[in-house]
Amino acid sequence: MRIGIVAETADGETRVAGTPNTVGQLVKLGYEVVVERGAGARSAYPDHDFVASGAAIADHDTTWSADVVLAINAPADADLARLKPGATLIAWLSPGLNPAIVDRLAELPITALALDVVPRISRAQSMDVLSSTANIAGYRAVVEAATEFGRFFTGQVTAAGKVPPAKVLVGGAGVAGLAAIGAASSMGAVVRATDPRPEVADQVRSIGGTYLPVEAEVEKSTDGYAKATSEAYDAAAAKLYSTQARDVDIIITTANIPGRTAPILITAADVASMKSGSVIVDLAAANGGNVVGTVPGQKIVTENGVTIIGYTDLARRLPAQASQLYGQNLVNLLKLLTPGNDGQLVLDHTDVVQRAITVVQHGEKLYPPPPVSVSAAPPKAAVEASVAHESKRMSTSARLSLVIVGLTALAVLYAVAPAPLPQHISVLVLSVVIGFSVIGKVAHALHTPLMSVTNAISGIVVVGSMLQLGSDDWTVRVLAFIAALLVSINIFGGFSVTRRMLRMFQKEAKR
Amino acid sequence: MSAETIAVSIAGAAYLIAAILFIRALAGLSKHETSRGGVVCGIAGMAVAITATLVLLLQAKAIIGVVLLAAALVLGGAIGLWRAKRVEMTAMPQFIALMHSFVGLAAVFIGWNGYLAPGEIDHALEGVHRGEVFVGVFIGAITFTGSIIAFLKLSARMKSAPLVLPGRNTLNVIAVLIFVGLTAWFVAAPALWMLIAVTAVALLLGMHLVASIGGGDMPVVISMLNSYSGWAAAASGFLLNNDLLIVTGALVGSSGAYLSYIMCKAMNRSFVSVILGGYGIAAPTAHDAQTQGEAVEVHAAEVAARLADARSVIITPGFGMAVAQAQYPVAELTRMLRERGVDVRFGIHPVAGRLPGHMNVLLAEAKVPYDLVLELDEINDDFAETSVVLVIGANDTVNPAAAEEPGSPIAGMPVLHVWEAEEVIVFKRSMASGYAGVPNPLFTRENTRMLFGDAKARVEDIVRALAELRVGSSR
Repeated sequence: MRIGIVAETADGETRVAGTPNTVGQLVKLGYEVVVERGAGARSAYPDHDFVASGAAIADHDTTWSADVVLAINAPADADLARLKPGATLIAWLSPGLNPAIVDRLAELPITALALDVVPRISRAQSMDVLSSTANIAGYRAVVEAATEFGRFFTGQVTAAGKVPPAKVLVGGAGVAGLAAIGAASSMGAVVRATDPRPEVADQVRSIGGTYLPVEAEVEKSTDGYAKATSEAYDAAAAKLYSTQARDVDIIITTANIPGRTAPILITAADVASMKSGSVIVDLAAANGGNVVGTVPGQKIVTENGVTIIGYTDLARRLPAQASQLYGQNLVNLLKLLTPGNDGQLVLDHTDVVQRAITVVQHGEKLYPPPPVSVSAAPPKAAVEASVAHESKRMSTSARLSLVIVGLTALAVLYAVAPAPLPQHISVLVLSVVIGFSVIGKVAHALHTPLMSVTNAISGIVVVGSMLQLGSDDWTVRVLAFIAALLVSINIFGGFSVTRRMLRMFQKEAKR
Repeated sequence: MSAETIAVSIAGAAYLIAAILFIRALAGLSKHETSRGGVVCGIAGMAVAITATLVLLLQAKAIIGVVLLAAALVLGGAIGLWRAKRVEMTAMPQFIALMHSFVGLAAVFIGWNGYLAPGEIDHALEGVHRGEVFVGVFIGAITFTGSIIAFLKLSARMKSAPLVLPGRNTLNVIAVLIFVGLTAWFVAAPALWMLIAVTAVALLLGMHLVASIGGGDMPVVISMLNSYSGWAAAASGFLLNNDLLIVTGALVGSSGAYLSYIMCKAMNRSFVSVILGGYGIAAPTAHDAQTQGEAVEVHAAEVAARLADARSVIITPGFGMAVAQAQYPVAELTRMLRERGVDVRFGIHPVAGRLPGHMNVLLAEAKVPYDLVLELDEINDDFAETSVVLVIGANDTVNPAAAEEPGSPIAGMPVLHVWEAEEVIVFKRSMASGYAGVPNPLFTRENTRMLFGDAKARVEDIVRALAELRVGSSR
């Protein structure tokens, strides 16, 4: 099959859906690849590099009439008409925000796959364009902030005096937030971050940030995205942001809730309380903004000298990187869709990933897909709780009756059983109790020696066979002899191998 | 007092001392520092018990018995010492399985002798005695054949895949019912054929119980058989009216049971169903759900460079390391990295290897200091701050699906959270699934790199590359 990589026509678009690197991988998958003339020009990928990777350069119409069309933005109507029947279009279609495009695609005899709706499961991570784009946006947000901020990020002690490090607050520790934390802390800033999901605290710390918890009840997310949170939480969070705003130099907000207006994190009063020269980068500008006063697509400066950056094209400001990651996401998807490595695209709707991204197939509308419930943070706590609950319910009634039955049986046994038996049972039970308490203390590392030593001491049955060796019956003697022989192997072998093992365990020699 | 009663009371006191020494032996194993002293206690206990019994035999003037005993001890002791010296540490699982079978078989013979030469028994106790014969033979025979099958599976003389007979749970229940029925009959009216029948049934049951368990569950099986061998000894104690056997049997039995319990927790399985053997459950049908996505390959030289720059490294070995005999180069790698100032530690999952604690012994043999070797609980929180994790021959014990995918067959099993580290290097022969047959999404994670090939050869490559790096840096 032929893959067409088109030149983007949307205003301000600098990216392209493939790079020489990803084209090479597509060719390896068995596809024939055509790239529209000049498609990579604005992301610094010249046509001849594509040719060197095995692609052909073609004109607009030819590219659009390929079997599989790779694009970034949803195509214009004119281009949709150029798609040939049976073609597959793979692009960032935003079917949730843009139902009109779904309807229009459904009128055509084509298959349309939306890369931006892959389910958030670990297997699909390699094709999640939201993640790769958010990653770029988070990084670029720090670069933009550093450009506007008139000071160092890192603290220094110089001959000209001491410079304190910049303080950065990141609101929301999703992919973009984490990328921002990583970039800012590697530039030397003091980075703090907050997020409604306490489970991200470790991730924040692992890349150099300090996690600021919001003390309020939160619902657990089951689909990997943060959900809109309760009022009590909002109040607590607002207080946290107000306190931080007075202290920090740079705020980067990343709170986007899919398909909804972004929540306000930073109020007008918070902005007013910030120091002159501070910078805010609002990554949610396209969805209404997390900051009061953000102008989407613009950089503004408030009366008190705070710069608010509301760029909505951060990914386009790193075009070569963005194209490479987007292209790689596409390659990963196509690997999934090309099970035979033979350049034949096959859609399998029993696979949740493939089902989820299929928006339209042969004129049939397949969006929205049935829900996939997976989780970035496992609902382990819930599972454990329910298991514990169940076993508890069983035991409250069952345990009591078991105890009664056991006690009764014991009393009856002791009353009925002839002389030595009750004593033997007492010895047995007491030994079991001692055994459990002693074994419970044995170091895990010594479990193999424990087994070999128990092997050796269970050779104590030799005492039994010894007593039987005293018999006059030869059958008995022979059997007892074999038994004694076998267990003496145990006794000597067990102790000896245990000693051999224990000698191996060496503590680290002091240097 | 007659000489006989004096001998009996001395023996009784000696048995008590032996029992205490055995408890001290097990308690000594709680720490590395006291473990060797513990073994000495065990040996002393055994010597005391055997000497006391010998006195009883001599006192009864059973000269033939003493001669036979001496022969058995010398011959058996020689075989035991010889094998103990020769056995490879990687072959410890099968060695231990074989030793379990000896205890089982001895218990069977002691049970038979208890029927053939019952000695002087009070009339009121005859029924009890017969019941004890049956219980002892039954447990002993199960332990014997079960251990033999485990031995064959572990030493790869038999396929390790579980045997699935139709209605196998029913078969087990029938065997137990036959045992109960025959015991009742035997107590009422003993006959030799019943004893033969119950031995045969128990031998078959033991075979079936273990044959129906797959190779990956062997740590549980071994601990379970360890427990059974203890109970077999305890049953012999009941039969022979000997408290020392009961105490020792109970110690060993509870030890094995405790180990099985730990293993079950580590594999997230039900303890009761394991002890009953009917737990192989449906073999996982996960072959169709192969992990999708792409694994990224890496070469030994790159790994060496990465390791040289790392702050901290954790190595998580599995049975694959033992199979490839990679523990020696791994120890060498550890030494080199530590000389470069890299913090190297080991994370051991409780079911890594085929025997509880097996990995620790293998690493100890390769002279890895034991204070670098940590347990799952001790090390699991440290992965997030670790630069590189080397996964050598482990698969299911590092599978993130257990923690993250509630629908996974191994969901809920505690695993080493290797994926939280900055980078994970997985040593693997191919992309096949682990023992549990569960696909491992770890292999296709963004921070995972696959190093394909024989673990030993690859680790040796890394060691060589590291040595060259050092030469380069010293110039």
